[in-house]
Amino acid sequence: MIWNSWNDFWAMGGYGLYVWGSFGVTALFMALEVVWVKNARAQALSQVASELAAQTNSKDWS
Amino acid sequence: MIQKLFFYASPQNFYPLAGKLWPAFGLLATGLSVWGLWLGMFVAPTDFQQGEGYRIIFVHVPVSWMSMVIYLAMAFWALLGLTFNTRLSGMMTKALAPTGAIFAFLSLWTGALWGKPMWGAWWVWDARLTSELILFFLYLGHIALTSAIDDPRRADKAGGILALVGALNVPVIYFSVKWWNTLHQGASVSLTKGSSMAQVMLEAMLIMGIAFWMYAVAIALYRVRSIILVRERHTQWVAELPEVKAHMMKNPVGGAIA
Repeated sequence: MIWNSWNDFWAMGGYGLYVWGSFGVTALFMALEVVWVKNARAQALSQVASELAAQTNSKDWS
Repeated sequence: MIQKLFFYASPQNFYPLAGKLWPAFGLLATGLSVWGLWLGMFVAPTDFQQGEGYRIIFVHVPVSWMSMVIYLAMAFWALLGLTFNTRLSGMMTKALAPTGAIFAFLSLWTGALWGKPMWGAWWVWDARLTSELILFFLYLGHIALTSAIDDPRRADKAGGILALVGALNVPVIYFSVKWWNTLHQGASVSLTKGSSMAQVMLEAMLIMGIAFWMYAVAIALYRVRSIILVRERHTQWVAELPEVKAHMMKNPVGGAIA
């Protein structure tokens, strides 16, 4: 362990803004991307399901 | 082996394989990130020149590497797609582009946050920075181009050519610190000269690099499954997927409205 306290750790020797700005935004974008791909999958599934349902409906009527 | 490759080149066979693989890559990415961050933030010593500010290296170098690796991977899939006319290749190229764009942006972002305290400037028109910015625009261009063309096969072709031509920029980024007199420092790790860093710093950086690589693979596999679903939506095998059936059971009226 190289830090004397948590305050030391967060301060990063005066570079806190730059270090945490880098790590924070990287983590944020990775988390956002996970949400994006999950949404895209849900959207793809509902598109496929609704088109299939429309097909079966039109078959029932003909 | 070759036969197996051809087997998985079909979207129908690749879909379940990707579904099995992505959780493993996601798990690896999580585990390696925790290990790499621990080494980088709690074990690696203070740098004698840059103090604690150098710790940005543990995200900056991995995201920059991945921004280049992903573009090369896109060029690889594009080449396969253009030569063998395999449909899956275009879908893989498309699935990789958004992740590459994010990594290229993060490379510029973390670079700016590192440049400010060390050079006194967020940005300089240096060869390394400029070529990375071009890479970011190439990713955006690829996304824009492939989504602007309605016919997926034609979109794949156009995107494939852009990916191949744009790949010329990757060696320019990599060697820019050698070819030009740049403000950006030279490579910390080089294939020919080995490393110029302390052992534990190097280890942490490499582990983070592999972690982000695994993350990119997991995300691309997950994303390509959605692309496969939409592109193959008129096929029987998609109609018979349990997740599609479950979705239809959940919203039985959805079809009537659509």
